[in-house]
Order: sequence, then structure tokens, then C-alpha cells
Amino acid sequence: MTAPAESIVFEGLRKSYGGREVLAGVSAAIRAGEIFAIVGPSGAGKTTILRLLDLLEGVGGGRIAYDGREVHFGDPEALAQRRRMAMIMQNPVMFSATSFDNVAYGLWLRGLDEAEIRGRVFAALDFVGLLEAAGQRSDRLSGGEQQRLAFARAAVLRPKVLFLDEFTANLDPANVRALEEATLRHRAETGCTTVIVTHNLLQAKRLADRVAFLLDGRFVEVSPTHTFFEDPARPETRAFLSGELAF
Amino acid sequence: MASAEILQIVLLSLLVSGTATLIGAGIGIPAGALVALKDFRGRRFVRTVAFTFYGFPPVLAGLLVFLLLSNAGPLGFLGWLFTPIGMIVAQVVIVTPIVMGVTISAVMVVERRTRETALTLGADESQWRATALHEARVGVLAAVMLGFGRAISEVGAVLIVGGNIAGYTRVLTTAIVLETSRANYAEAMIFGGILFVIAFAVFTVLHRLQARGIL
Amino acid sequence: MRPWHRAPLPWPRFMTALRAAFVVALLLILAGLAVTWSAPSSANVTVATTTSARDSGLLDYLLPFFSEETGIGVRYVAVGTGQALDMGRRGDADVVIVHSPIEEAVFLAEGHGLCRSVVMQNEFLVVGPPSDPAGIRGLDNATVALGRILAVRAPFVSRGDNSGTHLLERRIWSWVGYQPTPVAEPWYREAGQGMAATLQIASELEGYTLTDSGTYAVYRTSLRLEIDVKNDPPLQNYYSVIPVNPVIHPGTNVDGAVALAKWLVSPRGQALIAGYEVNGQPIFHPIGQDGC
Repeated sequence: MTAPAESIVFEGLRKSYGGREVLAGVSAAIRAGEIFAIVGPSGAGKTTILRLLDLLEGVGGGRIAYDGREVHFGDPEALAQRRRMAMIMQNPVMFSATSFDNVAYGLWLRGLDEAEIRGRVFAALDFVGLLEAAGQRSDRLSGGEQQRLAFARAAVLRPKVLFLDEFTANLDPANVRALEEATLRHRAETGCTTVIVTHNLLQAKRLADRVAFLLDGRFVEVSPTHTFFEDPARPETRAFLSGELAF
Repeated sequence: MASAEILQIVLLSLLVSGTATLIGAGIGIPAGALVALKDFRGRRFVRTVAFTFYGFPPVLAGLLVFLLLSNAGPLGFLGWLFTPIGMIVAQVVIVTPIVMGVTISAVMVVERRTRETALTLGADESQWRATALHEARVGVLAAVMLGFGRAISEVGAVLIVGGNIAGYTRVLTTAIVLETSRANYAEAMIFGGILFVIAFAVFTVLHRLQARGIL
Repeated sequence: MRPWHRAPLPWPRFMTALRAAFVVALLLILAGLAVTWSAPSSANVTVATTTSARDSGLLDYLLPFFSEETGIGVRYVAVGTGQALDMGRRGDADVVIVHSPIEEAVFLAEGHGLCRSVVMQNEFLVVGPPSDPAGIRGLDNATVALGRILAVRAPFVSRGDNSGTHLLERRIWSWVGYQPTPVAEPWYREAGQGMAATLQIASELEGYTLTDSGTYAVYRTSLRLEIDVKNDPPLQNYYSVIPVNPVIHPGTNVDGAVALAKWLVSPRGQALIAGYEVNGQPIFHPIGQDGC
């Protein structure tokens, strides 16, 4: 049986949009199975990193390797690699179908048979506590329920890497809690590598094993969570923390 | 007016406009989906042309088809002038741009919204196209409805190309024109009423399907 | 080849329904096309004729007899005189039935007509409101009548559609020395429509108009118009049948066309024409001369 999660090692990632350089050489080694948080000021490029790692866009410079295999955006293996990963974005986009169908979507793409799909979909819906909503149209669910459904839709695929892009940004505290708890439970049960982008430092503190601070297109610091918050190595990090946490 | 004659006119209307709409949809939906989803050179030009032909006057389409199908024209050997087939051809010319244009709009809206989600869940290009079609299904159905509505209530093209021949190429709209020119307003109203009922029925059925979320 | 069919597609129920709908649509299209593809047109004669010929009701009465007795089906398209002759020129009709001797002569001179038979005759009338503001009732000279209408600027409604009736009307105006300018002169209106609608408008506006006796006879009871001028020689209306010359358009059904032309001037055809009555009056005078 293949390993449940993959490591991602990237170095020197660069990306520009319309002449503006967003990433100026970002490097890190995310270990298989860890929860890795990326924090930083708004517009710093955090989401861009996720999009590059999820092979949604090509890099302007640098390399990415998954479990030691280097993959580029345009490669024939990119599709296969992308299928081993999943992303949940800030505003969930549900297809115009029932919750069951939405969660089953990715499994249909992968050609699984109906019986196995049924089993996995119900399990995933149960995992996020939306079993009763299986037959309902997803676009009638609340924002928090849709995001939980998005989580189920990603988790059911048994990805090796899960990307969460500000995925609780617009939700009320109860749903935030439910999703954070689902994230932790998911990693505990499957050991999936999870990369989180968040502007909520407390969330990073709650979930992550390690935290990376992105500033001016570079990782200024990458430290274990405890170190990051209690005794950051860099003055920029210290300044950021005191600015963000003092409210 | 004999009810058999009225029935024949009604059936011919449905036959001509229905067949033309199906053919127009068969061309317009794939073409529209392709233009909306696939980036190719000259795509913007094709889109502009498709939207421009929205407003193409149906009677002008009739005139052009008439000149094509006339014995003095390039396709005269087909012998389709003043026949129901010729009328179908004229209506296909009218319906296809409408179906294609509305399909393009419907699919483009869907594309903006759901493409990324589909890709992050692992869709490749062909799977994404199927997804886009599924998401746009209500809009595409609306495109077909619009096309049929235009076809069944169109009068200029079917009059010019069909010739309004009794028992052969007379449809509801051209019958109304004829009866009105003869000042037989009661007969004209009968045909008008039937036409209204048909249009109303089609739109009601399809609206129900849309509301029930089936399509 | 791109693996279009090999990648498993999402939404299996929708895809199945879509494929089924596609098959059904295809079947319906084929069925529709098959149904509209009726009997081969070589068995039929296509007639180009005028709206006034149609509106008199004669063709709908007469042609079924022809089809029954000869087994040849007839389809007629009624348009303006100009377009009817043009249909003959383009080869879209096998035979032309019009009532415009001047244009017919040109048509034959151009070589588009095989031969010409005069079939029947009626006449044009000037009709007007019962009050007769121009004082023309009982005249037998349309030129004088229109001159009087012009003088008092009584309301006049024209066909305005370049039909044979319209062209005759303009010719009479030219004999009076007048060029109608409908936009500038409010008493002269162009209906731009067929004879029945034009009569209706004239009746409503209490105006005069030029009409063929056939259409007038059909609608007389529903109009408030009286006959003012009749029996004027230039207003006599001669209907001819002209089979189209197959030399120019080889696909023409010349046998059927000539059969129809001969039948119309045969004793049988002529008798039927003479016996055709509307509101108790015969409206065509058979004067058949076989020119074919």
C-alpha cells in the first residue's frame, strides 16, 4: 500500500503578475504528514504559493518536488500529481447538484464503481456531520455547511496533500471550530500532509506543526509552532506578531 | 374553416419549427460550448460574430435562403423552394445563432465560477467540459426554448421560402397573414390563439422542469 | 487521438439522460425530415399567380377539378404580378397566371414564356363611399373620375404594393397628369397591402379606391363602398396563362404546365369559370383562346 501522504520540497519559487513580483524566491521542505501553516500580511502571496504547489499555475522560476519527484505545471505527470492532491478555497463553489453528488464528483472523475462511491461518500458526509443533507441541493446549504461539504468533497478523494486556503475566513465561530476539528481529525486518521494559508494567527497556532512567515515575497522564518509564537527567530516575525496580536 | 385544415396547419408548424430547433440546437450547442470553453485563435472574433447574428432579422434570412434555393440560385437543383424542407432550412439559419449565442453566455458564466473547483478536484479537459455542460444545463435549455420560440412565431422567412401554399407550406403565422389580408379576422384570431397556446405550453413545461431542478 | 471517450465523466445520470436526449432528438430530426419530404415535385405543377387571382377564390374552386380530371397535382404561390413573372424567369414556377398584358408581352419577348393563352376577363372598378364627395357615380371613364377625385382631394386609398392593380392605378393617374406623392398629400394613402385589406381601409376612411371586380364581389357585403365607375375599356382585366419556357430552365414541368394551360381554355374549364359565382354573381367572363 502506498504511503498515505507526500512531502513537498520546493526551492526558489518565483512568480510575477503583470510585472509585479509576488514571490521572489520561496523555499521550504514540507514533511509528509505535517500540518504546515503559511502566514503573513494580506496580499503577500500566500495563496499564490498554494496555487503553484497545487499545480494550478506554472512557476516563474524555481522547482517543486513531491516525494522526491520533480513535477512542472505543463508536464504530462502534472494531472496525475494534481489528482493526488486537493484544495479547499475560501469561498466554496458547489456544483448545482445534491450534496451526495457534489462529494461523489471527484470519485466519478477517477472512475470508481458506484458501490465504492456510495460507501466513501456516505463516510465522508458522516465525517463532517452532513449525512442528513445527502439528498439536498448543495446550493441551499448555509455558508458553513457548504464549506464542510467542500471539506468532505476533498477528503473523500484520500489525497496525499490537502491545501486549505483561508478556508474558515468567512465563517462563524461554531463552523470555524467544526472545520478546524475536522482538519485535525483528518490528519490524525489519514496522516495527510496539510498546507494551510491563514490570516488568523490563532488558527495557525491551533492547527499547525510548523509555521512559515511570508514577507516581501520570501519566507522570512519557518519554525515549529511553539517556537514561532513564543520565541521567534527573526525581528520581522516579532514585529508582525505584536502588530497582529495586539487588538 | 375545416378543422382538418386547421390541424394540418398546426402540425406543419410544429414539424417545421420543431425540426429546425432540434437541428439548430445540434449545431449551436456544441459550437457555443466550444467557443465558450476552448481558447483558440480568433475566439473573440467568433464570439462577436455569434452575438451579432442574434439580431439578424429572420426575414432577411428568409430572403437569403430564397435566393439560394431558387432555381436561378446555386442550390436550385435541390428543388427545396416552396417546400417544407426549404422552410426548415430557413428556420435553422435563424435558430442556430440564437441557440449558439445564449449557450456561449450560459457556459461562460459557469466557466468563471466552477472551472477552478473542477480542476482542483482532478478534472482533465474533457471532464471539465462535461462538468461545464452539466452546470450550464438550465441556460442551455433556455437557449433551446428561445430558439423554438423564435422559430414558431417567425413569419417572414417561412412566407418567402414556403410560399404559403395551401395544405403544403402554410403554417400558423403565414395563415394569420393570409386571413388578415383577406380581412377574415375571426380565422386569423383562431390561428393566433392556437399559436399562443403552443408557445405558452412549451414554456410552461420547460419552466416546470427547471423549477424542479431536474434540468 | 485525444482520449475523449476514455476519461470517465462525472454526473453519470445527467450524461445518460443527455445521450438519450441526443438519440431521441436525432430520431425526431430524421422523422421530421422524412415526413416533410413529400411526393416528388415532378408530379406537381407549380403555378405563380397574383393575390387578386387567389383572393377571388377561383383557383381554390377550379384547380381541384383539374387535378381530379387529369391526375396532375397543382400548387400555387400567390404573390404580386412582378414577383409572379419573376418566379417564371427564375424557373421557380412551371406556369404563370397573371393579368398584366404589357408585362406579359415583355416576358414572352424575353423568351421566358413558351406560349400564352388568354383565359378569362373581369374588370377594374372605381369604388367609393356612398356619399360620393367627388361626384363620380355612374361614370364610365376612370380617367375623368380620378381627375375629379384629384380636384376635390377626396380621400383615395392605393394598393401601394407594385401589384398589377397598383400599376394600373398609377397609369391612370399619369393620364390625368398627376404623380401621386402619398407622404406629401394626406388625401392619397398607400395601403401597401392586398386588395381585401385595401378595400377595408377605403371603407373605414370613406375613401375611393381602384379594385378588381372579383375581390370586390367577394367582400361587397362587408364594405360600405359603392361602384362608381365600370365598363371603362382601359379597365378591362385580362387573365392569361403562360407556361414557362423549358429551354431556359430544363427542370420545368412543361407537360403539366401545358396541360393546365389547355384545360383552362377547354370547354370544360371555361364552363367552370363561367359558373363560378360569389354572392350570387359570376365574376369572370370566359374568353379562352388557346395560344399553346
